Amino acid sequence: MRQRLLPLYVLSVYAFLHVPLLILCAFSFNSSRFTLWEGFSFVWYRAMWNDAALAEATWNSLLIAVASTVIATAVGTLAAYGLWKKNARLLSGSLYLSLVTPEIITGIALLATFQWAFRYFHLQLGMHTVILAHVTFSIAYVLLVVMARLRTADPALEEAALDLGATEWQAFRLVTLPMLRPGIAAAALLAFTVSFDDYVITSLVAGVDSETLPMMLYAMARRGANPVVSAISTVILVALGALILASERLQKS
Amino acid sequence: MSRLRALFLLPAWAFTLLLFLGPLLIIVVYSLETKGVYGGVVPPWTLENYARLLDPLYGVILLRSFLMAAVSTLGCIVLAFPLAYYIARSGRRKTLLLNLVMLPFWTSFLVRTYAWMFLLRDTGLINSALLAAGLITEPLPLLYNDGAVIVGLIYGYLPFAVLPLYSNLERLDKSLLEAAADLGARPWQTLLHIVLPLTAPGLRAAGVLVFIPCLGAYLTPDLLGGGKSMMIGNLVQNQFTSARDWPFGSALSLALMAIVMLLLWALLRRDGGEML
Repeated sequence: MRQRLLPLYVLSVYAFLHVPLLILCAFSFNSSRFTLWEGFSFVWYRAMWNDAALAEATWNSLLIAVASTVIATAVGTLAAYGLWKKNARLLSGSLYLSLVTPEIITGIALLATFQWAFRYFHLQLGMHTVILAHVTFSIAYVLLVVMARLRTADPALEEAALDLGATEWQAFRLVTLPMLRPGIAAAALLAFTVSFDDYVITSLVAGVDSETLPMMLYAMARRGANPVVSAISTVILVALGALILASERLQKS
Repeated sequence: MSRLRALFLLPAWAFTLLLFLGPLLIIVVYSLETKGVYGGVVPPWTLENYARLLDPLYGVILLRSFLMAAVSTLGCIVLAFPLAYYIARSGRRKTLLLNLVMLPFWTSFLVRTYAWMFLLRDTGLINSALLAAGLITEPLPLLYNDGAVIVGLIYGYLPFAVLPLYSNLERLDKSLLEAAADLGARPWQTLLHIVLPLTAPGLRAAGVLVFIPCLGAYLTPDLLGGGKSMMIGNLVQNQFTSARDWPFGSALSLALMAIVMLLLWALLRRDGGEML
């Protein structure tokens, strides 16, 4: 009896985790506007496809995610290498602190900073402020993933290269960097995902020209029941889920 | 230390100083100033914003946030402990089972929160199904209350409880359980006297790692609680938008930040960071 209870309990926890999302995805194919199943249809996906504002928000999100991923991956990888075998407690501590800081605090602190800086420069909130914010919170994720990879790397290889006359830069570029490649790719995919999904910080530092997909999704979700939201959600879940699986694969390779 | 390594740290330092530590410092400064007539912050310097944290008007929200975070943390641990125990003892399927916990977590927080709106709202799946089945005549008020927020928080942060518990339970020496059973301990006695004491570090880590994001939650109470179930995060956002009281919002943020750091510090001091 006890032997059956635990698997049953575990199964129900998994159901709790996955069934709400599966239901949401299933109902995105419902032909009815209401939450009762009427028949299979792509009508909400067609509505999603034809929505120009949605396309623009998606484009903004992609642009922001690509830009912030490229910058954060470069900055985070260099930092991971710099912190390898060497303790810079203040820097790594601050970066890890940024991971656990409530998003709303990061968001309002950035907003306050941008507003303060704009008194001296004639700039406004927009895509650039969103990208800067995303880079800032993505660096710590990149650092975590690349650091994990570095811990499995053999420092003797680099030392051998140095002994054989390589410069420090050559040893990094030709020996360590190639070893890190799967970790860097995994980190980039993760950074892309967290950037693409962020709502709280983005909504605070975005300008009028930089509405992102999560901001639009949030507004639609607040407005009331709308099956198009289910269709968008399904696409996001599938796309980001695939990226995460790819990232996992790379981290284990 | 090599020059190259120091050089490599520069970009990360620049971002951290200008866009993380700097902004926090600005918040510290703002929290000590006074709200301007048209919003913004002006002198004189004052500690009044911190004194207002004790105002019962806000105290209720702070207290409620603590309570909601505590209940959600408890819920996460109750769900996660047996799950982590099961995964830790399932041999080759471990990775798959862990990934099944993490996958929804990494995909999209917003979508996962929306999934609960979809289930719970008046025209949502649960109410529609119950109405269609004739079990109720009016939709049940499932959304926009504390219960919905707690479910959303548990749903959102369950993996933060599973991971530390799993890594603790995985190292648990199975022979101890067998010895207890051989010596005549009942399963609940083994759990109480052997398993729980040995997994105390995992439980502490799980507790802190879930409590922190729950206490600072913004999106979950915003979407699932509506205006009726405000938490600290929503109060902060409110001060920076509609109330336009940046000094008080800053003081609130710093109080929240202080609690987060205190909890982390206590955890790291006690368990040496190995659980993280």
